[in-house]
Amino acid sequence: MRYLPLNTNDRTAMLDVVGVKSIDDLFDDVPMSARLDGLIDLPTRKTESEVDAELTALAGRNRAAGAGPFFIGGGAYRHHIPATVDHLIQRSEFLTAYTPYQPEISQGTLQTLFEFQTQVAMLTGMDVANASMYDGSTACGEAVLMACRAKRRKKAYIASGVHPHYSATTQGLCQYLDIDLDVAVCAPGKDADVLQNLDKETAAIVVQSPNVFGEIVDLTPYAEAAHAVGALLIAVFTEPVALGAIQSPGEMGADIVVGEGQSIGVGLNFGGPYVGLFACRQKLVRQMPGRVCGETVDADGKRGYVLTLSTREQHIRREKATSNICTNSGLCTLAFSIHMSLLGEAGLRQLAMINHEKACQLADMLCALDGVELVTDTFFNEFTLRLAKPAREVVHKMVEHNVLGGLAASRLMDGQDDLLIVTATETNSEADMRAFTKALEEALS
Amino acid sequence: MMSQGRPTTPHTSDAVGHETVSGNKALAQRELLIFEIGTPRRTGIDFPELKNTPSRLGGVERTQEIGLPGLSEPEVMRHYVRLSQKNYAIDLGVYPLGSCTMKHNPRLNEKMARLPGFADLHPLQPHSTVQGALELMGDLAHWILTLTGMPAVALSPKAGAHGELCGMMAIRAALDAKGADHKRRVLVPESAHGTNPATAVQCGFSIDSIPATEDGRVDMDALKAKLGDDVAGIMLTNPNTCGLFERDIIEIADLIHGVGGYFYCDGANFNALVGRVRPGDLGIDAMHLNLHKTFSTPHGGGGPGSGPTVLSDALAPYAPVPRVESQDGVWHLVENVEDADGESFGRMTAFHGQMGMFVRALSYMLSHGSDGLKQATEDAVLNANYVQAALSDVMTPAFSGTCMHEALFDDRFLKDTGVETLDFAKAMIDEGYHPMTMYFPLVVHGAMLIEPTESESKAELDRFIAVMRSLAVKAVSGEVEMFKAAPIYAPLRRLDETRAARKPVLKWTPSEG
Repeated sequence: MRYLPLNTNDRTAMLDVVGVKSIDDLFDDVPMSARLDGLIDLPTRKTESEVDAELTALAGRNRAAGAGPFFIGGGAYRHHIPATVDHLIQRSEFLTAYTPYQPEISQGTLQTLFEFQTQVAMLTGMDVANASMYDGSTACGEAVLMACRAKRRKKAYIASGVHPHYSATTQGLCQYLDIDLDVAVCAPGKDADVLQNLDKETAAIVVQSPNVFGEIVDLTPYAEAAHAVGALLIAVFTEPVALGAIQSPGEMGADIVVGEGQSIGVGLNFGGPYVGLFACRQKLVRQMPGRVCGETVDADGKRGYVLTLSTREQHIRREKATSNICTNSGLCTLAFSIHMSLLGEAGLRQLAMINHEKACQLADMLCALDGVELVTDTFFNEFTLRLAKPAREVVHKMVEHNVLGGLAASRLMDGQDDLLIVTATETNSEADMRAFTKALEEALS
Repeated sequence: MMSQGRPTTPHTSDAVGHETVSGNKALAQRELLIFEIGTPRRTGIDFPELKNTPSRLGGVERTQEIGLPGLSEPEVMRHYVRLSQKNYAIDLGVYPLGSCTMKHNPRLNEKMARLPGFADLHPLQPHSTVQGALELMGDLAHWILTLTGMPAVALSPKAGAHGELCGMMAIRAALDAKGADHKRRVLVPESAHGTNPATAVQCGFSIDSIPATEDGRVDMDALKAKLGDDVAGIMLTNPNTCGLFERDIIEIADLIHGVGGYFYCDGANFNALVGRVRPGDLGIDAMHLNLHKTFSTPHGGGGPGSGPTVLSDALAPYAPVPRVESQDGVWHLVENVEDADGESFGRMTAFHGQMGMFVRALSYMLSHGSDGLKQATEDAVLNANYVQAALSDVMTPAFSGTCMHEALFDDRFLKDTGVETLDFAKAMIDEGYHPMTMYFPLVVHGAMLIEPTESESKAELDRFIAVMRSLAVKAVSGEVEMFKAAPIYAPLRRLDETRAARKPVLKWTPSEG
């Protein structure tokens, strides 16, 4: 077996040092009834080329997003990732290191985490950020728990434009914790309804911008209303590129900002791994979940970085921890951070505006068709159309033309069968957009 | 090449060890923060020109600077390559971090995960366009179920602790379905990972600790004394965090089931069992797998993990969505609770789990096969026992007898030397090794938990053992200062963690630069 260095002679010599006759003796504590005879009923070892062939064949049975016109968003976005990113994250020193528990020999990981936290804080307009969460949806759930801890209140409201999978994940996380979580029915243009619920027992309201329909929501009135009753505003985003074009949630008054970082550096990966971004105001920092990296000095006074504030964490606090989370999205934070470093201020803003222009152009092309109406007046790179036919049916018809033409809203929510959520990014060519327009026209005819 | 026929010859001098002008030391390059080397207007990516069409951003256009630095591509490359060289890694040397399973990460797995047919798939594409991906998830589930001997698996948990949450939420849902709302107490051994109690609390349970016996296992008398009608279940790691198999595990399962509770097994150490023991034969109800430990997906400096969770027949109806199913050879995802069989407790994450890790783990499983997986398990256990046996006369094993995949030592051998576990670990850094896990499990004083994994050759282990023996001898013979000063050859010396926590500086600010 190519991955196993020991040979038969080694094993014999080592068993001798251990003082046992056979390997079976080392499994003596296993109850007789649970000892297996022979091999488990699965295929035996394969060569590298056999595995390569088998998995390549499986991969070939999928339609890669880049293999034709592609316009799906809905919480995961297809962007160009510079080749530098994937090269660097595959360096052994990053790829095959563990959590930086020994800071003297982990400064590479630690400094990149410190830079990542700074980038996320800057982007969201927050004071501090953690070293990442599993993904945007779990970050959203943790934010609600954190707000309830910080405010010592038990009620929270999720606005109607929050991605339904984020709401469901948050509900899942809160369901056994005596938290009164109210999730508004998902529908376009109804975010403001959440304000009617606010009272002095509310810990937080959760509002997404751009929301799941692509609408841009001015968060300022939500922040003011929340603060008026002593509650927090949790701002959510699923498309970080948008923050290059619109005001940061921090500027608009949010207290906690959570989102998905996948667009920057990570790729689609059929849903994971992704990278949850989590940022908040300074005064909330000790209630923040997840790992945090901080600056300090070494014995010679040289600047260095360590994991810190571990008294919030499960390995110290056990059942009193702020969260059970033990990992971050390590390598995905690195990918995010490298891509962000390549972009820089100027690059991110340019990328954001290209996305917006593409989406504006596509919206105009599609809305010129009969039976298509734009639902979202404001948007960044994602917008919602009302179709004259059920969107799910239309999506499937377009697949026949090799066009992945958006996302039927009904895949995410009930009662919006005629809505199609469409995304355009810098990866979409004019030819893609024309192919999409033609396919949609045929599907609707 | 450039010496033009003037070969260098060694020259001895007193000037060795001086500080350099640059602060660099040959290959060890000093590196500033990226914010200190970039300039705002530069970018490392070329874009097409904007058309400057009217915006539809709704009046909240960004006006403030973000503050991000800009760098060209070569500057970015150099920054991260320099930083990478300040990290230890499995590919560099022995990384015997107990409980973390730092095994070799095959690069075939990386190649497979990057096939566009897996990496460039959107989670919400129509099912007809992702049949191969769904089949891969089905194949992975088949391998997991066969290896564990369990009837069901939830693939979506994003890491080990997330898998624990999945299992404990399924237990809570099952209890709720029975109306057993008096069952709120979860038994957790003192040696458990910190995630176990933290997870149980997130499911609304309270924690009751069970002490360990002198030989490092669950104290059965204490366990029996704590049983009662209010017990929701037990969370037990097996092999446990002392590296020992819980001999009474089947009796424990029977006892817990006897009071109507469920058995959560922490599967962090499943790598000691694969191919030799099926957890399903031990009476467990739920167990997460760490694909990043047992099945070699890279740790990546702290993630991403992946924590598929196997469930018994009693808990399977409560499994989260989405679920992967097939009918007549056609694969689909069940994405909504209403469409799922049973009474799913809900959703744990936006999409279907860590697909990138699924591909890598399946690539690892296919490569090893049932024979290779069993051999890997045996080699991991043999390597740990070899290290334990070879060190037991100079260090102090916490328990007598053989161990499973990791060897636990305590600090008795350092008694009265002035050297502590931490100092010993830092001295290992100077010797070119990543230290073992320190001060965990909590049940052993000054714990040192060594997990060599199956990836180390005998020759590599012999060198490691020789160094560990020498260090133990030095500690006992009074060379305290060397230990207290260590490390001196790492990129940095010991860091002031107290200062970092007392006045946290969690981001760069311009005034500082």
